[in-house]
Amino acid sequence: MKHMTRKATRHVNQNEGLIFEKSGSGKAAWKLAPLDVPEVDTQALLGAAERSDLGNMPEVSEIEIIRHFTRLSTWNYAIDLGMYPLGSCTMKYNPRVNELVSRLDGIANAHPYQPEKISQGALRIIKTLSDCLLEITGMDAITLQPAAGAHGELTGLLLIRAYHDSKGAPRKKVLIPDSAHGTNPATAAMVGYAVENLKSNANGMVDVAALEAQMNEDVAALMLTNPNTLGVFEQEIHKIADILHAKGGLLYMDGANMNALVGKVRPGDFGVDVMHLNLHKTFSTPHGGGGPGSGPVAIRKQLEPFLPRPMLISKSDGTLAFDYDRPRSIGRVRSFYGNFGMFVRALAYILANGPDGLRQTTEDAVLNANYIRKGLEGTYDLPYSSASMHEVVFSDKVQAKKGVRTMDIAKRLIDYGFHPYTTAFPLIVPGALMIEPTESEPKEELDLFLEAMRSIAQEIEEDAELVRTAPHSTRVSRLDETAAARKPVLRWKPNSENHKSEV
Amino acid sequence: MLKAIGVNSIDDLFAPIPAEYRLNRDLKVPRQMAESEIVDWFRERSRENGDGHSTFLGAGVYYHYRPVIIDSLISRGEFLTAYTPYQAEISQGTLQSIFEFQTMICELTGMEVANASMYDGSTAAAEAVMMAVRLSGRRNVAVARSVHPEYREVLSTYAFHQGMPLATVPFEDSGRVNLREIERAVTTDTACVLVQSPNFFGTIEDVEAVAEIAHAKGAMVVVAIAETVSLGIIEPPRSADIIAMEAQSFGVPPGFGGPYCGVIATRESNVRQMPGRLVGQTTDRNGKRGFVLTLATREQHIRREKATSNICTNQALVALMVNIFMTVYGKVGLKELARHNLAKAAYAAQRFAKSASVLFAGVPRFNEFVVRTSEDPYAINSRLLGHKVVGGLPLKKFYPELGNASLWCCTELTSRSMIDTAVGLVGESERSVRSAKEETAEEVAR
Repeated sequence: MKHMTRKATRHVNQNEGLIFEKSGSGKAAWKLAPLDVPEVDTQALLGAAERSDLGNMPEVSEIEIIRHFTRLSTWNYAIDLGMYPLGSCTMKYNPRVNELVSRLDGIANAHPYQPEKISQGALRIIKTLSDCLLEITGMDAITLQPAAGAHGELTGLLLIRAYHDSKGAPRKKVLIPDSAHGTNPATAAMVGYAVENLKSNANGMVDVAALEAQMNEDVAALMLTNPNTLGVFEQEIHKIADILHAKGGLLYMDGANMNALVGKVRPGDFGVDVMHLNLHKTFSTPHGGGGPGSGPVAIRKQLEPFLPRPMLISKSDGTLAFDYDRPRSIGRVRSFYGNFGMFVRALAYILANGPDGLRQTTEDAVLNANYIRKGLEGTYDLPYSSASMHEVVFSDKVQAKKGVRTMDIAKRLIDYGFHPYTTAFPLIVPGALMIEPTESEPKEELDLFLEAMRSIAQEIEEDAELVRTAPHSTRVSRLDETAAARKPVLRWKPNSENHKSEV
Repeated sequence: MLKAIGVNSIDDLFAPIPAEYRLNRDLKVPRQMAESEIVDWFRERSRENGDGHSTFLGAGVYYHYRPVIIDSLISRGEFLTAYTPYQAEISQGTLQSIFEFQTMICELTGMEVANASMYDGSTAAAEAVMMAVRLSGRRNVAVARSVHPEYREVLSTYAFHQGMPLATVPFEDSGRVNLREIERAVTTDTACVLVQSPNFFGTIEDVEAVAEIAHAKGAMVVVAIAETVSLGIIEPPRSADIIAMEAQSFGVPPGFGGPYCGVIATRESNVRQMPGRLVGQTTDRNGKRGFVLTLATREQHIRREKATSNICTNQALVALMVNIFMTVYGKVGLKELARHNLAKAAYAAQRFAKSASVLFAGVPRFNEFVVRTSEDPYAINSRLLGHKVVGGLPLKKFYPELGNASLWCCTELTSRSMIDTAVGLVGESERSVRSAKEETAEEVAR
């Protein structure tokens, strides 16, 4: 390594094969309590339905399982190890008290069908969180049923479709800016809408004139991320909303970037009709290696009749209950009531912050992003000079001259002890470096990040190959993704080639 | 930091937001609490929430013992606080564990490939049906009425705008889907038949017979499995084309409905229409084994509106719970665990049958059964609640034709004494209804 990194040092970690490779007949990590009812003749009960063989399921001891997963865990990067500057993903600290309260007996062990009389605690959690999210978004009604952001988008577009259908005018298209997340067009397609691309203007924002020209009675909605995926607040948001509303269309807001707004400005106040939140981004529930998430959808009053069944209501005696009698509802989007465990964590986060904390969180997130922007301006190309909110997007224009692309820089960051930023997104910036520090990072960690980014830029000048072949410090070097896709090996098989190349 | 940025105040950074939209007051949310207060607040909610009750509820969500090491391991920050493993070099822990998860799901279901997870069983079933629609190039779908009612509701929401007509196929007196009706419902326009096994009543469907009918017309068979512990002792539906599972039973707390772990498994030839993430094995530049997310050209971040699904975030950490559970019980333990469930339910059903009527008795079942009482099951349940026991799920809401029926579930955690208490109360109810009837009859006679 040319330049010493202050953040990371190489150290030994353990090798570990697949669990199947450790399996041995007779090893076990389980013990059942003695059966307190008579033994049964399984053959007599099940006949041909009885299963005799469980194939290649492993047989291992408890310490082997502990070591197996602990060793695997040490091969992961995580927020707990350091900054995770993934733009649009809002990788913030996951408070541990949230984990504790979500595991309390009456919360973790509540059955979704237990009588409402003994579910008042859970219903109170849903109600309190709903009220907080409505206040934060400035919207009129909310459903917590969607299980993730994309699922929230699906719910939101179903609501929009039901709304237009109720007006007797089903519409055909959804407008989506070219800077949008891939889930937006994929969702529109699932709801049976045609997707029409909306070009961004020179400042990376919605081109209001283009919108005006493209808007007509066939357009059901515009799906907009605000701040957009460049981290720029759509300043003409009121005009955008007006253009849509004038022709009977609705404004859908993808809440992926809500971490720039909480406590400072409310989507309900700037004309949004439908929006989803990502509790696993803005409200600190852990990403867990890819999920679970939770994607509540908040709406304006006129869409309320269409919300998924059931809805929570307060009864006259002060207790809470679910209302299933909603004839105009779009129906269910998920079984039961959604990812309740995430509601608990998100609410704990809100309670830990209160009004002051929520506002300061947003301010710190924006402050940190601007500190990074200032620190890297001049070193990396800034394709759009519009003011940044909670994230900043650079491009690899300067470094590309040396044949080094954004992915190479991202991979080199790993050697410096950081997780890469988001690469190659948004699509409107060729070779994008999208950086979102979140409020969680202290100045010391931000400085280490700036130092790493500047050092990599210098390395590119001196030895581009070093960066192009990064990372150099990980257990595995760059993996052959093409081969993985061409001849997919999606599971282990006994006596296969799986193990030969290990270690 | 403000000085470094070159602004005077935080407010300057928010200047791009037009002034008229800025919030110039505090949010009306509860005041900031100390950690101790947060814990107290949730403890109180926990106490209001059936803490300390035992239950006979199943119906898609099952109480099984969760080995302690599940939470020890998933609480490691390297798993808990990691992002989606797009950066393979620093995500090998998550990737390898998903690869093992996919393998074990294949072993248990008899399928060739499994994905990294879906939101839950209901959305997995809906997405599996949509997958069958894409694979078959047909649009009609036949759904057994013995499939979980909420799974069917989710499917109809998903199908509504996709021009996928759904036909519901009734069940017969045995509790199984009516094969003659399937025969009638399946045509050469049918993309797939969706059944669940064990079905919503706990009854094991004859999937092979369903498949014979469907396959003869070129339709696919999608099987939902909501109680995965059954796979320890029940033959998996090997004649299915796609299996949509809810793996909550494998070490995931009931948690008032989620988060859970949906999974889709299928044959290799169908993999390019599979929704959701997949982990595959490959090698690095030095020939060393490693794992990556693969076949991403199916997914929304690459294909946008042409993707197989819009799913992005899945249930990774819950899938890790499932993975650890499967590893703990393994080849021998899962079978024993399933045997205990079978024995408990068999004992309970037999005891209930002495005083009330147990429906669908002639067909194999796993750990759930339907009891019909003379009295309204809500009334019986409210007396049971006095003993801190939650009785079976009254089925009126979903199946009014079954009258005073409720769905009872017994797992390895259901004690004999709890079963005897419930059986005793149901017996009392039946006796008192009977004697009330006799009294009325006597009065009429007089």
